[in-house]
Amino acid sequence: MKPSGWQELLLAALFAMLAAFVPLVANGYWLSIAVTAMMYLALATSWALFSGPTHYISLATGAFFGIGGYLVGSMMSDYQLAFWVPLVVAPVVAALLAMLIGLATLRLSGVYFVIFTLGLAEMIRNLISWIQNNFLGSRGLYVLTDLRDQHIYWMLLAVAAVVYLLGWLINRSRLGFALRIIGNDETVARHVGINTATAKVILFTTTGFFAALVGAIIAPRWSYIEPNQVFSPQLSFLVVIMALLGGAGRLWGPLVGVIPFTIIWEWVGVQFPNQSFLFMGLAFLLIVYVLPNGVVGRIEQLRARLREREA
Amino acid sequence: MIRRRLFNLAATAALAGLALSGAAQAAEVIKLGAIAPKTGPLAGGAVVTQWPNIQLWVEQVNARGGLDVGGTQMMIELIEYDDKTNPGEHIKLAQRLAEQDQVDFVVAPYGTGFNIAAAPIYGRYGYPMIAVSAITDKMDELTERYPNLFFTLGTTTAFVDGVKEILVEQREAGAIGNEIAMVNVADAFGIELADRARELFTEAGFELVYDKSYPLGTPDLSPVMKGAKDSGAKAFVAWSYPPDSFGLAEQAIIEDLDVSVYYSAVATSFPAFGDAYGGKINNVLGAGGTNVDDPAIAAYRAAHLDVTGKVADYWASANTYAALQILEQAIEGAGTKDKETVTQYIKDNSFDTVMGTLTFENNVSHTFWSVGQWQDGVFRGVKGTGVEGAVPVRLKDGWVE
Repeated sequence: MKPSGWQELLLAALFAMLAAFVPLVANGYWLSIAVTAMMYLALATSWALFSGPTHYISLATGAFFGIGGYLVGSMMSDYQLAFWVPLVVAPVVAALLAMLIGLATLRLSGVYFVIFTLGLAEMIRNLISWIQNNFLGSRGLYVLTDLRDQHIYWMLLAVAAVVYLLGWLINRSRLGFALRIIGNDETVARHVGINTATAKVILFTTTGFFAALVGAIIAPRWSYIEPNQVFSPQLSFLVVIMALLGGAGRLWGPLVGVIPFTIIWEWVGVQFPNQSFLFMGLAFLLIVYVLPNGVVGRIEQLRARLREREA
Repeated sequence: MIRRRLFNLAATAALAGLALSGAAQAAEVIKLGAIAPKTGPLAGGAVVTQWPNIQLWVEQVNARGGLDVGGTQMMIELIEYDDKTNPGEHIKLAQRLAEQDQVDFVVAPYGTGFNIAAAPIYGRYGYPMIAVSAITDKMDELTERYPNLFFTLGTTTAFVDGVKEILVEQREAGAIGNEIAMVNVADAFGIELADRARELFTEAGFELVYDKSYPLGTPDLSPVMKGAKDSGAKAFVAWSYPPDSFGLAEQAIIEDLDVSVYYSAVATSFPAFGDAYGGKINNVLGAGGTNVDDPAIAAYRAAHLDVTGKVADYWASANTYAALQILEQAIEGAGTKDKETVTQYIKDNSFDTVMGTLTFENNVSHTFWSVGQWQDGVFRGVKGTGVEGAVPVRLKDGWVE
């Protein structure tokens, strides 16, 4: 297991290095697709850090992503701060919030947790609208910077790489081991003396941190921030679909899911502009029925079969 | 990608016409890109104001043989995409228009946020962007940053000013007192307008005896309206969006709100608003307005109904069409597809449009309606800047037909 782990890391590093050259060769259109793919890659990988081993499906990505985008908008527009200030503050705020939410809800399990996270983005959006309305007053939140797509792409790539490395380290730590046991049987985990709540909260907080960081990085690309747009429930679903398509059980699973999905999604959007939501629903069904463990799961299954035949 | 079938039809028709007149020539094409919502929260507005005008203009231009670009007749080929009311999607599609489709010109997006999000990209490729459905107080900063961006529908302040002027006039006439009941939708534009109104109304000596907001998408507005009624103010102002402008009118009718001045912002100018409430909303004020007696406007509205099968809205529709006319005249005037030359042409010249003669001063056109009023089934402009034909404001008198 150990040598293959290093191999995996080496491959990932190689991939990241190759990916860094994309902006030098792609034209504006393909670069903008690459930015989208990199954004989902960072989000899906960080999502899988928590949801992969624990099997808790979190739909909170949109909420944390929105906090990142909104804080950048508000701090730059309302308080004239430089871009890097919210870039540092937003993830911390989101992480604190994730921690509080984790402490309050991760005792719930299964479907209760899913429903809570689904409602979270909506709740935060309304809360922010209320604050804006009663205390800040809004003049439209402008994020005007000189950052271009390639800069945003490189920042997102760096985030994705860090998330990956972190995931790799966690997998090899006591914490990762604990999470896998929790995912398999939480009762057993508790019985063998694992502090399940702490383990889950730590990972959920990490996920929140990175989702907000990605939201903050992407904000200059949008230039104009409205709560209704940054807190999008669709984003949460897309992240889940992409991670599941690749397979959330392996760290590199989301990578396998995100890239084909982004390209297919783009193609669908261009060919069938009015049916894209239908496609999203179909993709969900297909993944659940045909690829319950994602592409990665299928590959491993095939490998196992081949080995059996050889034996 | 939906390439307009309409284009083919019009092209065929025009070609047939040319062939008959014996002047058949290979039809050159000028590509025009348009991205706006067909789905999502802003789709409701875009299918009323944005899309039908693009359709109308393309069809009209192609029917008369296309654009005359430096002596060559060029048919317009329209490439349109749905941004799903999602800025990320919009940005990606804008790149697609520029890089993959390599369109010659673009129609500016629908919605303030989308115009600002697309401005850096279109700016980089040099496309002139004549924004219509974009209202902000940051025009100076934005046009300085994006010299290809033009604004045509007015500022947030001009918007609130129009309403303030009416309130001041009616106070002087003794129709209303100092008390105003004001509500707003708790969303970007609604908050921005309410915030500005609080300053301007207070400066003018008014007292906001009722000042409440409601979240976007609130299904039941009856508590809001009951509160406004109980305040006893004779003037009611709502900085509202499409669904709630309707909801508020409905509640005002139910509660029989006793006011002399009733204003609701976006979508009051939609023909559907008049259709929904008929004579009950007579003398309701709203954002926008137009001068239906103007012959150019009347001809435009007739063509709009004829070609798209829909009645044009009484506000930004005419501005949207005028923006396309500006693009048309600039391309023909400059006589080239070169974007930089066309952009400079827009800055330097004046344009004869359905909105009258339009010119840009630092990329901003100061010809627009800010307040209109439903008067006997027609929504007429009562306050505006640089426009002619404003009619006197009438007082609201009950909600019975």
